[in-house]
Amino acid sequence: MIELTKENYQKEVIESDLPVLVDFWSTRCTRCMTLMPAVERLEQEYRGKVKFGKVDCPKNRKLIVSLRGEVQTLPTFLFYRDGKVVDKLVGDDFTEEDIIEKLEKLLKRREVHHALRTRDNQNRGRAIR
Amino acid sequence: MRRGSPRLLKEYVTMHRQNKDLCDVIIIGSGPAGLSAAIYASRAGLSTLLFTGKVIGGQAATTDRIENYPGFPEGIAGLELTRLMREQAERFGAQVIVDEVTGVDLSVHPFKVNTSSEEYSAKALIIATGASPRKLGVPGEEEFIGRGVSFCATCDGFFYQDKTVIVVGGGNSAIEEALFLTKFASRVYIVHRRDRLRADDILQRRAKRNEKIEFVWNSVVTEILGDTKLTGVRLKNVKTGEEATLAADGVFVYIGNVPNTQLFAGQIELDERSYIVTDAKQRTSINGVFAAGDVQERVLQQVVTACGTGAKAAMEAEKFIAELEGRAYPERT
Repeated sequence: MIELTKENYQKEVIESDLPVLVDFWSTRCTRCMTLMPAVERLEQEYRGKVKFGKVDCPKNRKLIVSLRGEVQTLPTFLFYRDGKVVDKLVGDDFTEEDIIEKLEKLLKRREVHHALRTRDNQNRGRAIR
Repeated sequence: MRRGSPRLLKEYVTMHRQNKDLCDVIIIGSGPAGLSAAIYASRAGLSTLLFTGKVIGGQAATTDRIENYPGFPEGIAGLELTRLMREQAERFGAQVIVDEVTGVDLSVHPFKVNTSSEEYSAKALIIATGASPRKLGVPGEEEFIGRGVSFCATCDGFFYQDKTVIVVGGGNSAIEEALFLTKFASRVYIVHRRDRLRADDILQRRAKRNEKIEFVWNSVVTEILGDTKLTGVRLKNVKTGEEATLAADGVFVYIGNVPNTQLFAGQIELDERSYIVTDAKQRTSINGVFAAGDVQERVLQQVVTACGTGAKAAMEAEKFIAELEGRAYPERT
C-alpha cells in the first residue's frame, strides 16, 4: 500500500487513472489494525484494478484538515474515482465484506449504470407497447 | 493433541477425520477474558480456537493506559497488554483467527460456530464477546456518529487538536478518556447526570487538578446539535429542569456498556439487561457453554475480573470435556 502524505496525495489519489481506496488509520486505532491484514490481502486481489493507499492520520494532520471534514473518525475508508470521493466507509461497524462490496461497486458502477439504463429502456418499450 | 488412552486417541483421530474442524474449545472474543481462557485452555492441552471479532484485544485494547492491572507498576497501554496476552496464548498452541463469528448453533453437540465463510465445531464453547459502548439515544446522535460523536478517544482524539470536546459520563472510562483528550483538546467538558463522580478517587483528583477540564454537574445531553458539522449539545439540568446549549466540536460518550449477546439471544439464558446468566463456575444455561468477561459481568467490568472469569471458564471447559470422554476424576466436594 502506498503511504500517502500531503505531498503525494494529489498525484497518487486525485490524479490517479485507477480508482483508489484510501485507508485512514493510526496505530492507536485497534479496529484499523485488525482490518489492516485483510486490506493488504485485498490489495493483492485488486492489483491493476484499484489502487490502495493509506494515511497514518496522527502524522498527517494537515492532510486531514485539507480534506474538509471527510475524515473525522477512525477507521475511515474513502473510495475515489476520477479524483472525487464516490463512496465511504466510516466507524467500526463495517467488515471486510463491506470493503469488498464497495470495491466491486467502485469497479462496476459504470456497468451497473449501463445495465440499469438498458433495463429501463426495455421497460419503457414494453409500456408503450 | 492431548494425551489419553489409545482408545481415546483413536476416537479423537476418527472424529477429526470425520470433521476436520472439530476442536476441543472455541472461544469467541479476543479481549482479556477470551485471551485468558485461551491461555488456560491451550496450556491444559486442549485444541483451542479463538475468534477475535472486530477488534483484536477488545475494549481493553482501545484503553490508552491500564493502571490497575497487577504486575505493571507504571501502567501499560491496553493495546500492548492484550498483544502480550495473545502472544502468551499462541505460545501454548492456541490458534487465533482474525474473523468474526456470524452465527452459532447451541442446540447440537458438538456446537456449531459460523463465520461468513466457514463452519467450525467444538466440544465446548466459551463466550467472551464483551460489551459495546452504550449510546446516548438522543436526536442527532446517529447522524453525527463518525462526524463528531465518538466512542473511542484513543482512535479519534487527535482530530480535536486545539478544539473543544465534551465527554459524557462520570465513571472510570469517562474520566480516563477525558484526561487523555486533554493531550489534544484545548477544553474538555465533562457532563455528568449527578453531582459527583463514580470514578476512582485517584482519577477524580487528577481530573479536578487538570486546568483544561471543566465539570457540568447534574446534567444530561438531550440532543446533539449541528447541521453539516457538529456544533454542540443541548443540555438539561436534572435538578432544575433548566435547558442550555454547550458549544463543542466533538462529543465522546462513556455512559456504560451493553453486552454483546445478539448472537446468542433465544439460545441461551440472558438476564433482563441482556447479560449472559452464569453461575460461580462460569456455566451458562447450556451444558458445555461457558461465558467470561464483560458479557456476563455485572459487578466489576475490569481487565482483572475478565482474566479471572476467563481462566475459570477454560478450566471448567476442560472438566466438561474430560467428563464427556470419561476421563474425569470424581469431583471433590
